[in-house]
Amino acid sequence: MSLVLDNLKKSYREPGGGRIPVLNVPHFELQTAEQVALVGSSGGGKTTLLNVIAGITSPDSGRVVVDNVDVTGLNEPSRDRFRALKIGFVFQTFNLLPAFTALENVLLGMCFSGKGTDSHRATDLLTRVGLGHRLHHRPPQLSVGEQQRVAVARALANHPSLLLADEPTASVDIANQNTILDLIRDTCRENNVSLLLVTHSPDVAARFDRIEKLSDFNLSEKASGGR
Amino acid sequence: MNLVTIAIKSIKQRILSSSLTALSVALGVMLMVAVLIINGVVSDLFSQPSFGFNLVVGPKGSDLSLALSAIYRLDRPGEPLPYLFYKELKEHRAVEKAVPIAIGDVTEQGGFPIVGTIPEFFDLDYAYNKPFRVCVPGTFLKTPWDAVIGSRVAATNGWNIGSEFKLIHGGAESDHIHDEKFRVVGVLAPTGTPNDRSVFVSLAGFWAISGHEKPLKEAIDRLEKFRYPVPQSLRDKAAKPNKAHDAHAGHDHDHELLDEQKEVTAIFVRTKSTVAEIALAGEINEDVRAMAVNPIFPMKRLMTMIVDNIKLMLLTLTSLIIVISAVSIFVSIYNSMSDRRREIGIMRALGARRETVFTIILAESALLCLGGGVIGLLLGHGLVAVASPVIEARSGILVNPLSFEPLELVLFPVLLVVGSLIGFLPGLAAYRTDVAAALSE
Repeated sequence: MSLVLDNLKKSYREPGGGRIPVLNVPHFELQTAEQVALVGSSGGGKTTLLNVIAGITSPDSGRVVVDNVDVTGLNEPSRDRFRALKIGFVFQTFNLLPAFTALENVLLGMCFSGKGTDSHRATDLLTRVGLGHRLHHRPPQLSVGEQQRVAVARALANHPSLLLADEPTASVDIANQNTILDLIRDTCRENNVSLLLVTHSPDVAARFDRIEKLSDFNLSEKASGGR
Repeated sequence: MNLVTIAIKSIKQRILSSSLTALSVALGVMLMVAVLIINGVVSDLFSQPSFGFNLVVGPKGSDLSLALSAIYRLDRPGEPLPYLFYKELKEHRAVEKAVPIAIGDVTEQGGFPIVGTIPEFFDLDYAYNKPFRVCVPGTFLKTPWDAVIGSRVAATNGWNIGSEFKLIHGGAESDHIHDEKFRVVGVLAPTGTPNDRSVFVSLAGFWAISGHEKPLKEAIDRLEKFRYPVPQSLRDKAAKPNKAHDAHAGHDHDHELLDEQKEVTAIFVRTKSTVAEIALAGEINEDVRAMAVNPIFPMKRLMTMIVDNIKLMLLTLTSLIIVISAVSIFVSIYNSMSDRRREIGIMRALGARRETVFTIILAESALLCLGGGVIGLLLGHGLVAVASPVIEARSGILVNPLSFEPLELVLFPVLLVVGSLIGFLPGLAAYRTDVAAALSE
């Protein structure tokens, strides 16, 4: 099993002192190498869910188990290390560092894993995403599609067992959307990586065998009718 | 790739503001290095712990002025002493060696001070157990027109054995060039003392220069002041105006000068013992005619009262400049933190620990300080290189731009600490960054 969520709850403090429930997930599972599209409306808690799974945000209660490790039971430094090693992240806005070249952005992903950097693997990954000729270009010198490919290569740099993709095609045009999506799915398949891709686009979701509506298993969203 | 590489990348990303902040540190360090070097040279020069003699005898007046003029050739010489006084002193029971000098003229080329002296000058060590050495062997001051030059004079003027030169009477600002020519017969090895920029000529030659002989009437007055008997023949000669002599002013003065007409500026004395030094100094200083000074004492006073205080003031000022630069680095990094929240959020999302992003900011700040420090160090030595000819021309002090002060090494650990302190608060801001919030910005 690649990912298990159990009784996961997360709420945010309101300015008035009360709390707004954002996540209430009784149970969710993702098999090893499985690919799931998670569909939800804006403000429905999709990004919060990904942050909680990645250990960026702590849940109020419940368990997140990734690759048989209870992430919620780890202290923060261990969670950071675990995230670097086991979880790849692809963001909607790519989140590449503009001062770093494509190659350096991928190496940066390796830098925090504690295992050292591997230029050969970084070059290989970028070549596999079609950027072998753009290794030393910085993000502003790359097209939007190319930037997202760098982000995909970076997410896979440390051989993760789970890839979290937060609206990875929302910032690219239709032509690039399919290319990026294929790239993410193919590379995950090739590397035996589980994929949890968040999208609000039915077209993107339709390409997946398993589609989950956040409102179906997030009781908070169900209660609020989609936030 | 490591944390330092990431910090360097981050600095490069903000190259303009980073360069300006590093430059402000560099300027502070440059000034501090220049102050340290120049102060080091001045301290070494004026704190010379020993000379080849232990007393300088000169006219009554300021002991500091006597040391500065006779040894350092930086001050104007006072009233001269009669040569007879030197002869008397030489025979004193406490004296092991006495060497007269006559100063006041400079070379026409380069304006280096002329020291008229006797060959025995070179028998006195220039510092304790450091005898004079000659680069080019020569016979010292055997004839009246012989000259031995210091290493700096040789290097600056390009002089060597056989070079001939003329003197300017009374100092560089005078336009009276003596007709007589001196010839270089020896070049001294560098000593790191004012002797390097001095030209030693035969005392006989110095006196033989047209205009250097004392008018008889003035010579008689000085002899009387020093209570020496004036021979009647001298009074008679002074009473008769020598029209024939005056008519050919500027002629070669090969005729012998009377001892009564000769004068010296100061006398370097090596006494037979420390007790003898104290006794001789006491004896001379009780007399109204002259004074004897151990040069170490006035120079120590100069260092303590003036040079050290100036150094302290300049170091305080330059330290303040570095503090101001440090504050500007702090402001620059701290202001950039809001722009960098997302960058920090990304790194944290990629697995960077809080301590890691804290260290990156600290490294960035330390690198800016150290980089500024290295540039400042080079600029400081460059500044000294540019300023040294001016300093030498105005004060006669030789400053080597390559001389290194041990305190310069202390600057770097200090800058590292300052850099770390500056980076602490911005680093803490990075440490506390809320990753989810930073990524959603």
